Amino acid sequence: MGMAAADSQFHVLAVDDSIIDRKLIERLLKTSSYQVTTVDSGSKALEFLGLHEDDTTNPNPPSVSPNNHHEVEVNLVITDYCMPGMTGYDLLKKIKESSSLKNIPVVIMSSENVPSRISRCLEEGAEEFFLKPVRLSDLNKLRPHMMKTKLKDQNPKQEKLEKQEKLEIQQEKADFNSPKEQEQEEQQHHQEQQLQQQQQQSSNSNKRKALEEGLSPERTRPRYNDIATVAL
Amino acid sequence: MESRTLRDQIAAMRQSFFDEGILDSQFTQLEQLEDRDNPNFVEEVLTLYFRDSTNLLATVEKTMETEPTDVAKVDRILHQLKGSSASIGANKVRNEVIKTRELWQQGNQEGAKAAFMELRQEHDTFKAKLEPYFQQLRQAGPVQAAMRPQGQQGGH
Repeated sequence: MGMAAADSQFHVLAVDDSIIDRKLIERLLKTSSYQVTTVDSGSKALEFLGLHEDDTTNPNPPSVSPNNHHEVEVNLVITDYCMPGMTGYDLLKKIKESSSLKNIPVVIMSSENVPSRISRCLEEGAEEFFLKPVRLSDLNKLRPHMMKTKLKDQNPKQEKLEKQEKLEIQQEKADFNSPKEQEQEEQQHHQEQQLQQQQQQSSNSNKRKALEEGLSPERTRPRYNDIATVAL
Repeated sequence: MESRTLRDQIAAMRQSFFDEGILDSQFTQLEQLEDRDNPNFVEEVLTLYFRDSTNLLATVEKTMETEPTDVAKVDRILHQLKGSSASIGANKVRNEVIKTRELWQQGNQEGAKAAFMELRQEHDTFKAKLEPYFQQLRQAGPVQAAMRPQGQQGGH
């Protein structure tokens, strides 16, 4: 298709050696209005991302550079953990160790609930760990991670704003109603509204999808109710 | 009207699968992923599943009977089968896989072989039940067609 749809659609790369699970995750992702590419192995995933297992990143990659060509820009990688050859964990590591790919959020899926496995993956930089079978409600957690990357790419100022907001949320949590906070809050409210507008433009308009997450999952302040539809 | 009775039959069949524990809520998740553009998604997934599971079961049986036995291979395949059965909501089959795998992992090969026979039985029963279910679903046609106002339907 080759549409430069970077503004309106997120592209997810799904990796799973099971054909059934690939079909499932593809349908789940498409239902959530994401563009999807599925591959059946970690090495194929790296190939798609423009990185080769044995080599270091090619400084002049052929047509598949994620930063230059919208067609293969990947906003999130979701991968099974247990795969023959390269496991999901290995793939996660390779992505996080790559200077060109490390900012791509990675989510791990596994049919087995092994706490040490989960913490290992999170420590290595995975954004989420989903237990299989994955459900639609799990996928609602993906959007904030992809939004973060989009905003970073679009405008370095947004990144600053984002960080500022995170700090302020923490401050707010610590000390709710001091006058100083009120002032900061008002300032922030204004900035957030700008951000919201950005988000509105860049998020898709599928009515079925709930925009309940807003910028980040921790956000619970009432003012988001007017853009967010009801959470599941 | 014929199609209405058929739909009731289908609904009853479907409910029995849940009541008997053959299917669990994951199957409902699959149903929810169907829409106008993907009206046969569930059947497609189940077809893929059965193609896969039939092969896997055959491989397990063969590998179990081969000397020297590739223990790790059987475990891997059972793990795969467990995963795919869980993904489609095949509750009983999944449980049988888990049972078989546990015995195998404990080194109880004879016990695992017996459990495997039960697994196979459960799987075949599952297949035998789901296939006519989908056949009837296709016969009944897309839901929109059946939702005609009462007046247009003939007598029962």
